[in-house]
Amino acid sequence: MAKQIHGAREPLMHITKRQECSFLKAALIRLAAVALALVVCAGVIVALTGLNPVQVYASIIDGAVGSNRRLWVTLRDAVALLLVAVAITPAFKMRFWNVGGEGQVLVGATATAAVMIYLGGALPGWLLLIAMALASVLAGVIWGVIPALFKAGWNTNETLFTLMMNYIATQLVLFCVVFWENPAGSNTVGLIHPDTQAGWMPALFGLKYGWSLVIVVAIAAFMYVYLRYSKQGYEIAYVGQSVNTARYAGISVKKVIIRTMAISGGLCGLAGFLLVSSTSHTISEALAGGRGFTAIVVAWLSKLNTFTMMAVAFLLTFMGKGALQIASQFNLNENASEIITGIILFFVLGCEFFINYKVEFRRRKED
Amino acid sequence: MGAIIIFIQKAIGQGVCILYGANGEILTEKSGNLNLGVPGMMYMGGIAGLAAAFLYEKGVAVPNASVGFVLALLAALLAGALGGLIYSVLTITLRANQNVSGLALTTFGVGVGNFFGGSLSKLSGGVGQISVATTASAFRLKVPLLSDIPVVGDVLFSYGFLTYFVVVLSVYLSWYLNRTRQGLCLRAVGESPATADAAGINVSLYKYLATVIGGAICGLGGLYFVMEYSGGTWTNNGFGDRGWLAVALVIFARWRPLNALWGALLFGALYILYLYIPGLGRSMQEIFKMLPYLVTVVVLILTSLRRKKEDQPPESLGLHYFREER
Repeated sequence: MAKQIHGAREPLMHITKRQECSFLKAALIRLAAVALALVVCAGVIVALTGLNPVQVYASIIDGAVGSNRRLWVTLRDAVALLLVAVAITPAFKMRFWNVGGEGQVLVGATATAAVMIYLGGALPGWLLLIAMALASVLAGVIWGVIPALFKAGWNTNETLFTLMMNYIATQLVLFCVVFWENPAGSNTVGLIHPDTQAGWMPALFGLKYGWSLVIVVAIAAFMYVYLRYSKQGYEIAYVGQSVNTARYAGISVKKVIIRTMAISGGLCGLAGFLLVSSTSHTISEALAGGRGFTAIVVAWLSKLNTFTMMAVAFLLTFMGKGALQIASQFNLNENASEIITGIILFFVLGCEFFINYKVEFRRRKED
Repeated sequence: MGAIIIFIQKAIGQGVCILYGANGEILTEKSGNLNLGVPGMMYMGGIAGLAAAFLYEKGVAVPNASVGFVLALLAALLAGALGGLIYSVLTITLRANQNVSGLALTTFGVGVGNFFGGSLSKLSGGVGQISVATTASAFRLKVPLLSDIPVVGDVLFSYGFLTYFVVVLSVYLSWYLNRTRQGLCLRAVGESPATADAAGINVSLYKYLATVIGGAICGLGGLYFVMEYSGGTWTNNGFGDRGWLAVALVIFARWRPLNALWGALLFGALYILYLYIPGLGRSMQEIFKMLPYLVTVVVLILTSLRRKKEDQPPESLGLHYFREER
């Protein structure tokens, strides 16, 4: 390295920012992190259960994609996760920390269920589905715009605001569940319209979850184009980089914040629609199932690239489903999946450092 | 009269747990780290304390309550600190995003809690649920003599060690943050790390220590829940959303431990209020359970509207500090 300053020792290692990291190198670093995480997880599994980790990993794969049905369930859940991740992407690009995806999904789902229940017999099938989708988007927009208004107007901390909105939404769902419960006293809604299947998402080409897949992939592709090539996407990136520069460039920061959160919340609401109409056909406070939070991790790990998100969302869902299988096969508790997911996340989050920075050790004096 | 006393006792029971989490998070946030892993660290602390007591009671023929007490306390502190340490390594040394790292920690911690809570007794060859009655009895020990006084004894002296300790802790933290040199340095790190660095304060060290100790304090909240509140048993997800309520309480208290002290009491009361309002239907009960969150949102809005300097979050909350990037 550089010449040593007289008398002072060069520190053992120092960190410099990489100008750029080649795609291959970045991919290798990430792969190494995942591999390392799996080794650590294997260690944890052996320490806890004494099972052969290779066998455990084999049953993860079996549980996630081992049969046609399992593969579709994994895909279905990955798609729902992907939509929420895509939904929060514009907000994150704007450096607006929308951790309220959970709540926005829940109000969207509630609105969907409300339309489904009250208009179930009154509208023809396709119109009902459209009405449900619109209601879900509208509910999500409202839930997302409330914190945005305060952020834009008075710089109210959005992380904490959106976080609180999640739990208000949860209680709202519980409130509605009491009204809609079926059978009475069960405290659950049960399947809505199990006989007429009004408001149930139809199959596409004989694939039960075909529509969800098509809709979500289309939205993900649209979001990629929107963020990268549209004027609004450019404004979002600008506000995210520096609010002051954006203002100087003549961008109305308030308008961008509110508009972007409307998009973000609306798409989260739409995820609620898919969860009710295509997946569960019912509503409960556990419907979002932590997707609002997992989606943040998915979006961030994908560097806000919606195509990378598809892979990450699938991987995380894959691990979750696989761990459910281990749980039943080896008679463990299903929460093992959260531990494994957590460990993988720690490693992948940590490895970003080695992509952005270079660590150089003190070299031995050569001359 | 009896109903009011029980209401106060229950409100305090709910509040203590949240207050530990809030105190830990206040300390953490004062260093500029927004650690959303509070629920995770509380779960980790709770299950570690329970597991330590369980393994001890199982391993010894005649378990001694005080030994179990010390072991559980140490285990909870260590587990909480470990959570804080994971977060610190990720965000301070490896410069990962704070929000995402915190949420990952929550996923991990809640998983650890529910996994071991659900299968600890099975893994160690037993059957049924974990129960550590002996150790829990030490945590539930009331203040001797004083708790026998009618009314006053019930309201003030009928709690275990952890309830009184959290009061002492809040007062100490308030004094530490506002009246000591170290507290001043810590606040400087949270407000403007670059300035603190220029003044010769070791920014990373302060951030590390505040986050790790904050995590340990959160761990005690989990321990309180399993030992004093639940009497040494575990229910999966029984802890509920108390971890997030703790984060809410930090905002409500405007980052002041003494405000958190009475705020916790208020939150605890709001949390159980629905049980005490006569003629409330089941649906309205759910609306009442919204109250703590609604109140927090209102406080959050009001503090941003009033723009009073001393009520704002630490200036660099949620941001990294790299000396090279200025």
